[in-house]
Amino acid sequence: MGMILTAILVLLALALIFGAILGYAAIRFKVDGDPIVDQINALLPQTQCGQCGHPGCKPYAQGIANGGEPINKCPPGGESTIQALADLLDVEVLPLDAEHGEEKARTVAYIREAECIGCTKCIQACPVDAILGAAKQMHTVIIDECTGCDLCVEPCPVDCIDMVPLPTTPQNWKWDYPLSGETLIATDAQRGAA
Amino acid sequence: MQAAPIKIWDIPGGIHPAEHKHESTQRGLEVMPLPARLVLPLQQHIGARSEPVVAVGDQVLKGQLLAEATGLVSCPLHAPTSGIVTAIGPAPFPHASGLEEWAITLDSDGEDKWTDLEPIADYQSLEPATLLDMIRLAGISGMGGAGFPTSAKLKARPEQKIFTLIINGTECEPYITADDTAMRYKAAEIVAGIEILMHILHPADVLIGIEDNKPEAIAAMRAAVGDRAMRVIEFPTKYPSGGEKQLIQILTGKEVPSGGLPADIGMVCQNIGTLLAVHDAVLLGQPLIKRITTLTGDALTRPTNVEALIGTPIRDLLQFAGLQPDKLYRLVMGGPMMGFTLQSLDAPILKTSNCLLAGSIEELPPPPVAQPCIRCGLCSEACPASLLPQQLHWFALGKEHDQLKRLNLFDCIECGCCSYVCPSSIPLVQYYRASKAEIRALDLQTHKADHSKQRFEHRQARLQRETEQKEMDRKVRAEKAARIKAAKEAAQPSETETSAEATTDVTRIEAHKPTGLTPEQKQLKIAAATAQMALKKAQKQIAANPDNVDLQAQVPELEQACEQAQRTFDEAMGEVSVKAPAPPSAAGADDAKRLKIEAAMARASLKKAERAAGDSPTEEQEKEIYALREQVAVADARLPKDEAPRKPLDESLKKAKLDAAMAKAALKKAERAQSENGEDAALQEEIERCRAQLSDALGVLEQAEAKASQLETSQQRAEKKPVDETTLQLKTDMATAKASFKEAERAVQEARENNADTGPAETELANSREVLDKAAKAFAAHMASKETN
Repeated sequence: MGMILTAILVLLALALIFGAILGYAAIRFKVDGDPIVDQINALLPQTQCGQCGHPGCKPYAQGIANGGEPINKCPPGGESTIQALADLLDVEVLPLDAEHGEEKARTVAYIREAECIGCTKCIQACPVDAILGAAKQMHTVIIDECTGCDLCVEPCPVDCIDMVPLPTTPQNWKWDYPLSGETLIATDAQRGAA
Repeated sequence: MQAAPIKIWDIPGGIHPAEHKHESTQRGLEVMPLPARLVLPLQQHIGARSEPVVAVGDQVLKGQLLAEATGLVSCPLHAPTSGIVTAIGPAPFPHASGLEEWAITLDSDGEDKWTDLEPIADYQSLEPATLLDMIRLAGISGMGGAGFPTSAKLKARPEQKIFTLIINGTECEPYITADDTAMRYKAAEIVAGIEILMHILHPADVLIGIEDNKPEAIAAMRAAVGDRAMRVIEFPTKYPSGGEKQLIQILTGKEVPSGGLPADIGMVCQNIGTLLAVHDAVLLGQPLIKRITTLTGDALTRPTNVEALIGTPIRDLLQFAGLQPDKLYRLVMGGPMMGFTLQSLDAPILKTSNCLLAGSIEELPPPPVAQPCIRCGLCSEACPASLLPQQLHWFALGKEHDQLKRLNLFDCIECGCCSYVCPSSIPLVQYYRASKAEIRALDLQTHKADHSKQRFEHRQARLQRETEQKEMDRKVRAEKAARIKAAKEAAQPSETETSAEATTDVTRIEAHKPTGLTPEQKQLKIAAATAQMALKKAQKQIAANPDNVDLQAQVPELEQACEQAQRTFDEAMGEVSVKAPAPPSAAGADDAKRLKIEAAMARASLKKAERAAGDSPTEEQEKEIYALREQVAVADARLPKDEAPRKPLDESLKKAKLDAAMAKAALKKAERAQSENGEDAALQEEIERCRAQLSDALGVLEQAEAKASQLETSQQRAEKKPVDETTLQLKTDMATAKASFKEAERAVQEARENNADTGPAETELANSREVLDKAAKAFAAHMASKETN
């Protein structure tokens, strides 16, 4: 009986000691914020467009991290974002959920300035302050800051905002990958060239 | 300085393609005739696009500034000839994409007239910074290939001393002979350019590297250098020894670190063409407007080297060299290894265009179809940067960007050796270029996403801040309003509490109210009520203190007063009072109280009259005031002796103070009148009288004060009771009502003054009177009930 009591007391003491250590460690090495949310957020395109159904990129990141949201709800990010998220979270790559939109070429908002009435509604809607203007003054979009989220299109009372694809210039032009003709054998060269 | 044996190092890999250099070196250096139209793209260099400073239609002179640099890494642009600016906008551009680029189009006027130049012969006297500025303003960018602004390159690492200046006369790529020609025919100018750079950089060593396939150039350079502190180094021909990093390795044995610049190891490498431009800029004062370009290829009948103006259309150049359009299969800008195919002959040559290769189909056949990689490893052997081209190829196919970066894809100089040696004809370089472009684009995208995130977060923070600020402002305003309200409330009750006048003031105001009673009636009523109250009080005191003879003697007096007041009131009301007269056993204390109240009332009305009269009293007002003063004096005179035995001393003290103050005021007034009206006997007399009064009053005050201090401790303040809640509340109500009444009065007054409709104001006044009346009644009733209790 005495031995059992001793054992229980010893175990209790150990439990208390380790509990204290763990409790201390939890305070001493506390991590501020949620690192996984930040990591996911870093992979998202930060358009803050809300197409995923969340009010911004960070809430979607939180949804993925905590709420088990699927990783395929971000049309602006497209395949590459899904791929990156899959790599980070070690989950299956999913095709983009068409319900939330399709992956489109990057666009920027363009205000047809002659039609702008200066209502400032688009300025309030822009999540990144990319629209410049004042009440009753013409507004314009700072193209370099625009993320192409198209949140400004809907509030415009005169529908003078277009989403236009960015033009290709010598500065942003990219070399293409070579056509993959390398599965052909030498005697098929004529066919490949034709 | 060919004495010391010079150690030559080797680079890994490299190839020996057919040179094809002799075709274009046979005709020496020709000068291209002035073209009719020049196209000057605004982006001829690495960095920010330059900004036009001319407008369409402007007449410009040769060498005049057309566009200025827009940042540290940018380059200005000058007019290569005199003429008229005919267009600024997108124009054909020599680029692998075939896309257009913004350009200034200049129509030559044929005069080729220079603008004013400022050549500097004695550049040694100038600061290096001044010379760097001259180089920058002359629009010089690297003329060998990439086109990095030269001044920025020379000061890329300001903290790092440059020990070795390397002059790149290698020109290792097949077909190109522009630098070769420059060295052959312009060696003296090149050496002068080197000396300018030496003056800027003060290097310990100057190495001029030339491949051994250019003996004429080597000879010319050696002759030009003479015994200057420069070394012309000849080394075996091998492609790509002309790459900056490769040349440094060949001449010094040192390697530029991955991702670094030659300046990191204390070296700077400059191209022959750049040195010519530096010479022109400093010694001739000419900006960079021309260059030597090789025109070669099977499709040209007379391949040659020309000194052409920047912006000369390629079509003009090729026609000058005898273009055979039917033989032209592919036009390449640059060499066959690293150049790119042009899609249009309309594009101009740039500051970086060292060669135009107009190849026939035999010369530049279409690339054979690529076959699968057999992992032979020839590419790795050929790579001058010691990379693993075949691994890079696989990862590029799989778009594994992390792996590509890990394998130092960005150290690839895209020399094309791996593609050249590939037995499967895999276009390896094209994979690397595409992968690099994609990685850069993704990096840019990530960067942009970070930037957007930051902006978004800042915006959120700003909105948050604004909301908080608004909330705080609202709170502050609410607090302020509450404070003001509290202060008002606190001020008014205390007023009514401390001064007897205030209460009587209220009754006085009430007296003015036409709420069924005339003011006189009202006053009488109140007087009656007060008399009754005093009587009751006296009776109570007698009950408590039966053997106080004084008190008992006063009671009948009080009774009488009370009765009289009631009667006068009843008379005023026009009806015979049926109310019971005051009890017969009234006590004298009440009389004192009544007197006191009368005195207070008199004082209050005096005050009011004075206030109404202001600084410029009318005669009538003065009379009134005088009468009131009399009253006050009478009341006061009666007061002390009646009160003295039982009244708390502070009352008499207060009165004395008041008298003194009044006397002072009267004196002041008299004095003021005198100063206004000049000497006047009557006024003087008045002043004297006032002074006497004042001194009397002060004497009384002193006495009273002395008494007060004597008796303070033994004083029994039977009358003073703590003010209970209800009293306070009622007083507050009354004060508020009084305030609103006063306001209404003011409003009526204003309306009258402005000849406006006084109706609403008067209604308001009547209302507030009613309210005030009620409040006063309630207060009086409360006080009465308190007294009886």
